[in-house]
Amino acid sequence: MVFSKKSFLYSIVALIAFLPSVVLANPTEPVSENKEAVAKENQDPKAEIKEQIEEVKNHHVLDAHSFTFFGDAATGKEYGFPLPIILWDGGLHVFSSSKFEEGKAAEDGGNYYVLHHEKIYKTGADGILTEHEGHPSNATPLDFSITKGVFTMLLIALLMFLLFRSLGKSYAKNGGVAAGVGRFFEPIVLFVRDEIAIPNIGERHYKKYMSHLLTVFFFIWFLNVVGMTPFGINVTGNISVTFGLAIITFIITTFTAKKDYWMHIFWMPGVPVPMKFILAPIELIGAIIKPFSLMIRLYANMFAGHLVLMSLIGMMFVFKSWIGSPLTFGLSFIISLIEILVTLLQAYIFTMLTALYFGAAVEEHHHGDEHH
Amino acid sequence: MEGNLHLIGAGLVVIGVGIGIGRIGGSALDAIARQPEATAKIQTVMLIAAALIEGIGFAALFAVS
Repeated sequence: MVFSKKSFLYSIVALIAFLPSVVLANPTEPVSENKEAVAKENQDPKAEIKEQIEEVKNHHVLDAHSFTFFGDAATGKEYGFPLPIILWDGGLHVFSSSKFEEGKAAEDGGNYYVLHHEKIYKTGADGILTEHEGHPSNATPLDFSITKGVFTMLLIALLMFLLFRSLGKSYAKNGGVAAGVGRFFEPIVLFVRDEIAIPNIGERHYKKYMSHLLTVFFFIWFLNVVGMTPFGINVTGNISVTFGLAIITFIITTFTAKKDYWMHIFWMPGVPVPMKFILAPIELIGAIIKPFSLMIRLYANMFAGHLVLMSLIGMMFVFKSWIGSPLTFGLSFIISLIEILVTLLQAYIFTMLTALYFGAAVEEHHHGDEHH
Repeated sequence: MEGNLHLIGAGLVVIGVGIGIGRIGGSALDAIARQPEATAKIQTVMLIAAALIEGIGFAALFAVS
């Protein structure tokens, strides 16, 4: 493979140690109007870098309607590909996001639309947004576009389907032993079954929940890992995505729950009657807060993690000194490693808590609760 | 002085999270020192508790900011 393990390691370490020298590269000129830029630069050279850092942060952390890999700030050209925009505005409008050019409204079927801060507004033919308290007050059509996040989710779903289908099929072809690239996931699938599903849900009922637990675990893990790549695809850091995952957990818990589950919420056995009336609303709120906390936990971990990482990387360029930038690079490197751990950990925590809620829903009645 | 009271709140949240997770780590270390063969189970429980506390911490940070 390589000539020797030790010198391979040394060369990797040397490569990483010399990476901070990239910070001595000159920053590119900002794309915005020159007069503004020159005036600002005379006032505060740091503000210009901070603006660029804000742009990069927003690119990496927020969703977008077209897929941009990187942009050449000097020429203003961006490399990437446009995605379809699907709007419902009384009628269905489908067009490519490349119609949204700077300063012009996109026209489709007689209606004009303008993209402002990744939101689509309906305007007249002139494309002017009427401001109201700092936000545009134009009408917004219903936006069903395929954004960066949706595109990534579809891609990951396809990848998961192919991977696990090939794993499942390889058992028949290979006499009970997994073969192919899916081999790597077999121990993880067994881990989800033996360490997450069976201890929390119990031997009798775990099978019908296994498919959801496995899907959620690998979906969140793969999405988190894809978010760590430099393409700026932060899907799980979007509250709508985690809301969808948490809502599915809530729906499954509610619709497969047994009578004991509802008894424990509304009419808890083994407790004096006045307490039952007090406990019922609290338990009901608890049943809603549990999936809500699932949503917030995953969203906040991913969003804040990426934001902090991008801010630290940006700080490297603000310092621009011999000692500050390499230290900041070291710090952001370590935080990247922690983020990689967090991707797996958050997927595991989400799956485990989901299994816990399923287990509470199908728990068998323990005799001795109210027989004093 | 720049900033506002929100930042003090955010700092308090992080202190709480730090104390909580620190105590969990400490108890986990004590338990592992007593029974090294149960390390895997203790580690699992420690990570779960830490993630739950971190979840609350993040939610509070978002509410504050």
